[in-house]
Amino acid sequence: MTQMTVNNQKVSLDTPADTPLLWAIREKLNLTGTKFGCGIAQCGACTVHLDGAPVRSCSVPVSAVSGRKITTIEGLMKTRTGKALEAAWNQVQTPQCGYCQSGQLMAAADLLNKAKKTLSREDILSAMSGHICRCGTYNQIAQAVALAQKTLKGGQA
Amino acid sequence: MNPVTTVSRRAFMVGSGAGSLGISFGLASAWATLDAAHAQGFGGTTSGNAFSPNGWVHFGTDGSVTLVSPAAEMGQGTMTAMPMLLAEELDLDWKQVKVVQAPAHSKIFGNPRFGGGMVTGASRTVAGYYDPIRLAGLQARLVMVQAAADMLKVPAAELRTEKSTVIHSASGRKLSYAQIAKVAQAPAELPKVDKAMLKPMSQFKIIGTDIARVDVASKSNGTAKFGIDQRMPGMLWASVLRAPLHREKLESVDDAATRALPGVKNVVRLPYGVAVVADSFHTARQGRDLLKAQWSSTSKARSHNSAAVLAEYVARSQNLSDAGVEFAKHGDTPAQLAGAVKTFSATYTSEMVSHICLEPMNCTAKVEGDQVEVWAPSQSPSFIIGALSGAAGFKPENIKINITLLGGGFGRRVEPDYALDAALVAKAMPGTPIQVIWTREDDITHDKYRPLTSQHLVAGVDAQGKLVGLLHRVVSEGIYARVAPPAFKASGGKDQPVMEGVEISYGVPGHLVQFMIEERGVDAGFWRAVGPGYTKFAIETLIDEVARGVGRDPLGYRLDMLGQHPRARAVLNQVAQMAGWGRGMPAGRALGLAFSDAWNSMIGMVAEVSIKDGKPVVHQVWAAVDPGHAVQPKNIEVQVEGSVIYGLSAALHEKITLKNGEPQETNLNSYRVLRANETPLVNVKVMPSDNHPGGMGEVGLPPIAPAVANAVAALTGKRLRSLPFTSV
Repeated sequence: MTQMTVNNQKVSLDTPADTPLLWAIREKLNLTGTKFGCGIAQCGACTVHLDGAPVRSCSVPVSAVSGRKITTIEGLMKTRTGKALEAAWNQVQTPQCGYCQSGQLMAAADLLNKAKKTLSREDILSAMSGHICRCGTYNQIAQAVALAQKTLKGGQA
Repeated sequence: MNPVTTVSRRAFMVGSGAGSLGISFGLASAWATLDAAHAQGFGGTTSGNAFSPNGWVHFGTDGSVTLVSPAAEMGQGTMTAMPMLLAEELDLDWKQVKVVQAPAHSKIFGNPRFGGGMVTGASRTVAGYYDPIRLAGLQARLVMVQAAADMLKVPAAELRTEKSTVIHSASGRKLSYAQIAKVAQAPAELPKVDKAMLKPMSQFKIIGTDIARVDVASKSNGTAKFGIDQRMPGMLWASVLRAPLHREKLESVDDAATRALPGVKNVVRLPYGVAVVADSFHTARQGRDLLKAQWSSTSKARSHNSAAVLAEYVARSQNLSDAGVEFAKHGDTPAQLAGAVKTFSATYTSEMVSHICLEPMNCTAKVEGDQVEVWAPSQSPSFIIGALSGAAGFKPENIKINITLLGGGFGRRVEPDYALDAALVAKAMPGTPIQVIWTREDDITHDKYRPLTSQHLVAGVDAQGKLVGLLHRVVSEGIYARVAPPAFKASGGKDQPVMEGVEISYGVPGHLVQFMIEERGVDAGFWRAVGPGYTKFAIETLIDEVARGVGRDPLGYRLDMLGQHPRARAVLNQVAQMAGWGRGMPAGRALGLAFSDAWNSMIGMVAEVSIKDGKPVVHQVWAAVDPGHAVQPKNIEVQVEGSVIYGLSAALHEKITLKNGEPQETNLNSYRVLRANETPLVNVKVMPSDNHPGGMGEVGLPPIAPAVANAVAALTGKRLRSLPFTSV
């Protein structure tokens, strides 16, 4: 039995200790916003925040997160940063197939939370190059992240 | 044959379930409505709280209007585009519109450009449904107008419609569609409609506007449900062990260790592999890794080594005495080439490439008795019905298919293999819902790649430098030869998807296209812009080489050959202006130009390129595109941009290498795709024209590789003739 906090709620999981966090989240907690893409931490679709930092949940066993705090896309969307990103994603009409976007949003939130200056297109694309989008929405993602940063700065979110 | 006008009477129905529709992606309610109609043989019965003039539209008495979208939503925006077509002819207030995915009833919802089948691909959705859906919308509008005329006791001719309301201008009286839906009766005979009655482009109010895509909101906050997100009580997960290469047979399997693993519920033998069923996907996968399987070693593909096979393809394409199948012929090409003042010849190759839909192949199925229901992120319900009625032994009428959102399609999801997995495992465990998920390694290893090709082209010019003859020879595995053998045979061995893009708008007196099929046991498949991805690469780089070779500018040379095609000239002139074609470039930078007319959409493209470490770096891309009627202009811009990036990824990085038939690249650490930091700025100008819409989901792909290669040639003098590009 592994105990952890997911989106501010304490949970206990009885999955085998070597189960990747991804599958525990998707199957046991039924939080399906976090996606399976490659299973080897190459695509970024499964990104969650572990104690506030982005990790690839496909490559983190449940045993490694005992007692720690996890935020998934479902939790992020309740935060000020998450809401600003969601609004910007809608305004830019960013997603196409949409499958990578949970991971993109998790990475974008981390980028915005850490940013000390106004992010340029190149800053954003470079910081998010660990997240694959096969539909090719990279430029729209960059626009939306910049827009969300502006919103957050303006205190409108 | 027009499916709407021929089946419209049968499709007529009044449903009782549609009034409860609340969510945009709720398939269940649509099913309830359509099942009720199905049970009634689509005959019209009255009553209920919704009114449906035909299968495509359901008016709720609460003011909602539910529109059925027939094609698979894989990011191309079809779930918005199709309803927009209906809404246009219906004069709907878009704010009231809800959209549901069509169930697999091809008699109502089939695409005439796929012979009435339900398939999403080949850039045929808007093009194929454009008239039938607008006719369905018009027909539904006429039913509402007649009903209003009866209610108001005025002639229908005195009524007009606007924003979901029928208006009698003379008296100022109005009836909303919702009011009409409460009392409307099914007419004994549906109004006759034909194309001449459709709105002209000048009267469009919805087509051509940038309405927010209906699927974007849920995709912007993680709540969108894809196939892999299907959840059902008691559902188990399965992972399937397949042969290491196509068409090997399972000889024996030792599953003792697998069965001993806690959480494993079953091990199911399939005709082509072994499925492990467990209470979690991770356990299923672990159990599958514990299987000890012996496979046959008789597959034809065993002898396939990419480099050696490609060398044989190259030799065959260059052997002009092997004429293959004559795919297209205009004029007397051998005579034109014989009389040419100068000839240019070149051989182009393309490696196999994988799709990498980010959502790996998956499907959920449940079997009860002789009935099977599947939840599939699929481009083709029709292909699934084919596979499940064939290999899984279900009667077509006992197969129920729910199409979910697709996490990428790119042609891969036309294939029904993952759906067959789920149906076969579910059949072995009646009553238990089964979700089969492919790992990324499964997904790449058992993909149906864009085929390996070699193309040899010979171009001849006259004394004025004018192109007078073009011979285009293509060596490849077939695609139709595999997926539709009867149609392939009936065509005389012309493999359309493999050869797409070889026809050209350029006026050339002699043009001959030959196809040499290879059958080496490797499955080739549909891939975004399959044929034009390599055929236009060859044509457009050779045209560029010829233009330079006769001392002409590649833009002017193309424009001269497009005298009969004002739309083609317009996009080239436009993109040249956007990119500043002919301007002075900074040191180390050059522009390259390309054109494509595939899928009846015209596109001109310019790429700005530099070289770093022997590889092209693409800084900026400009494109001007004439799609005919542009349904969603902003979406067209991003579809072009997306296909540019997909094509650039393949041109720069992507390659599947077969060794003894087995792919050496099996995940994203060895199969490299383009990432955010390599993405160029893409500027797209949409130039609508009053023509039937062409394809849009793939149109940006064919010109990107040749535009980049032509820029590299301008910069270095070296011609890139391989996909992916070799170092310069």
